[in-house]
Amino acid sequence: MSTIHSKNAEIFNKDRAKTTWHDQTFWALREKHDNMAEQLPEWEELRSHASDIKCHTITHLADYLEKFSANLESRGVIVHWAADASEFNETVLDILKSHNVSKMVKSKSMLTEECEMNPYLEKHGIDVVETDLGERILQLLNQKPSHIVVPASHLKREEVGRVFEQKGISKEIGNYDPTYLTRCARYSLRKEFMDAGAGMTGCNFGVADTGDIVVCTNEGNADMSTSMPKLHIVAMGIEKLVPDYDSLAVFLRLLCRCGTGQPTTAFTSHFRQARPGAEMHVVLVDNGRSDIIADKEHWQTLKCIRCGACMNTCPVYRRSGGYSYTYFIPGPIGVNLGMLHDPQKHSENVSACSLCLSCDNVCPAEVAPGSQIYLWRQSLEALGKANKMKKIMSVGMSVLFNNPALYNTALKFAPLANIVPESITNIGHLNPWGVGHGNPEFAKKSFRRLWREGLK
Amino acid sequence: MKVGLFIPCYVDALYPEAGVATYKLLKHFGIDVSYPEKQTCCGQPMGNAGFERMAKPLARKFDDMFKDFDYVVAPSASCAAYVKVFYPHILEGEHECVSSKKIMDIVEFLHDVLKITSLPGRFNHVVSVHNSCHGVRELGLSSPSELNVPQFNKIIDLLKLIDGITIKEPERKDECCGFGGMFSVEETAVSIRMGEDKIERHMATGAEYVTGPDSSCLMHMAGIAKRENKNIKFVHVSQILAAGL
Repeated sequence: MSTIHSKNAEIFNKDRAKTTWHDQTFWALREKHDNMAEQLPEWEELRSHASDIKCHTITHLADYLEKFSANLESRGVIVHWAADASEFNETVLDILKSHNVSKMVKSKSMLTEECEMNPYLEKHGIDVVETDLGERILQLLNQKPSHIVVPASHLKREEVGRVFEQKGISKEIGNYDPTYLTRCARYSLRKEFMDAGAGMTGCNFGVADTGDIVVCTNEGNADMSTSMPKLHIVAMGIEKLVPDYDSLAVFLRLLCRCGTGQPTTAFTSHFRQARPGAEMHVVLVDNGRSDIIADKEHWQTLKCIRCGACMNTCPVYRRSGGYSYTYFIPGPIGVNLGMLHDPQKHSENVSACSLCLSCDNVCPAEVAPGSQIYLWRQSLEALGKANKMKKIMSVGMSVLFNNPALYNTALKFAPLANIVPESITNIGHLNPWGVGHGNPEFAKKSFRRLWREGLK
Repeated sequence: MKVGLFIPCYVDALYPEAGVATYKLLKHFGIDVSYPEKQTCCGQPMGNAGFERMAKPLARKFDDMFKDFDYVVAPSASCAAYVKVFYPHILEGEHECVSSKKIMDIVEFLHDVLKITSLPGRFNHVVSVHNSCHGVRELGLSSPSELNVPQFNKIIDLLKLIDGITIKEPERKDECCGFGGMFSVEETAVSIRMGEDKIERHMATGAEYVTGPDSSCLMHMAGIAKRENKNIKFVHVSQILAAGL
């Protein structure tokens, strides 16, 4: 009785010290979230306000998208629409080719991960350079993000130092000081910013009222990516819209407090138009989002602002790591987004939840990813993905619990199980409970027997 | 006031003493208590495993069995929460679910309905309170650590009525212990690790006992503690509250 996630998690847990470290690293972010939440008396109001704004915007998305794109176009920004990942990738490639760009710097964008844009562009001869430090490290290591906000947090500084040495970015062999390594990355990236023919950013929020592209970073790399090259391309999911500045303010107060426990990101940049002599393109991507709006049970998943708080608080994520999930977004929201993206491919993540519902409480947009996972579990049977053993156990319980007479008989004989030695019952694949637990003892007399014998 | 006692299946079979303590507490406060003998399970194990349809006949029977009581009281937060939160949706389209409005965990009932202010008995031990997930986040037995809401803890409020007791809370006071029903047999590695971490934090308080409103979490941690020979005991909160009865 296992899933791809549980098998990967088992391997992860073999390194006990690393599991402890990983758990503590992300719990520290959870604690920072708590500290931030405590400082704002209106915190819970903000969350429900954020949820309301997103519900409203998502259910009026077509109108807001028209307004948003019209505002951008009125200032000469070129707006593209991509129905799916391949249309997005082709659109970006076309823009780059028409400008003879062979190198593009980019700031962090989960959408480009979702569309697997980098490998596509590289296959077509474009050199794509990640400029977010975490993403850059991963690119050099040829790894995927293990978290959506702090993508390389599973790595230790020694691992970073070694790859910097291999790539010639760090010259002082054996110097793994974080400040030193960051400086090395900065020098190396500076050259990339100067050389690149295009800069790409993601978009945290698109303001419909004004046509602003709002990008939040801690490193200023989005600003560097758009200040040097003369071509700016924005990769943006259509669910990123908010109606106006007032609603934007609600999200800017929540995003970073939830994600990294800072009151705000170091840089919150608004891009509205290209600077003189430059060009700005915005690619609006659907890639399944319209279908999610139509999903009665799960449409509110689109409220997600990708802050990562649900991962930080998830006791399963903290003890299994980002790579134990099959979808590129891990943790509670990743389980949900994976199922929405391709349920046949990602149903094996649905086990990664004890239904503790802590994620429901930290989520700034009240997506309730934990409660949603319960719903996804109900759909596994229809998808042909229900675990056989779990089904057998559930049917067995169902028969027992629906027949009080049978249940009574079972209770009468249950204490006999107490005399079976654990050496016999502890066969891992037949009795997974016995892997880490001693057996509970059945009471000599059940409650109902005590009741009948005169408890009343 | 007529109260129907709901003793969930595993409490019935494994922890009848929690049921007995709950019964004694209710009797002590003069409640008319009945135990409908045809009750079995609320259906949560199947629901959480992804087979909510199998919980439906159980929900139907449950709702009928307890419809004439003023309250339904259970010594198990998670089972009470399942009835409260999930039954209305499970029975949707059939008839209005009445049990979801009547169900309460014993802690909630003593604290919110009876509003008890004294209890006889002593418990001369150090206890660490296990704030179980569904008790915290579905029933509201204590303020969830994630939210910016006024701090409260109904379990601790009640335990304070007992003489001689020293009450502690572990670090990460409401982090999951890793039971999660079938989660514990499907995600064994993570579940055990969560349990070990939780036991460690409970033990770090210097507690002799871990106590809480949910026997299922206690069962999970007790199972791990037994296998790993940890010197800590587990007792349902109703048993401490009924110590002098």
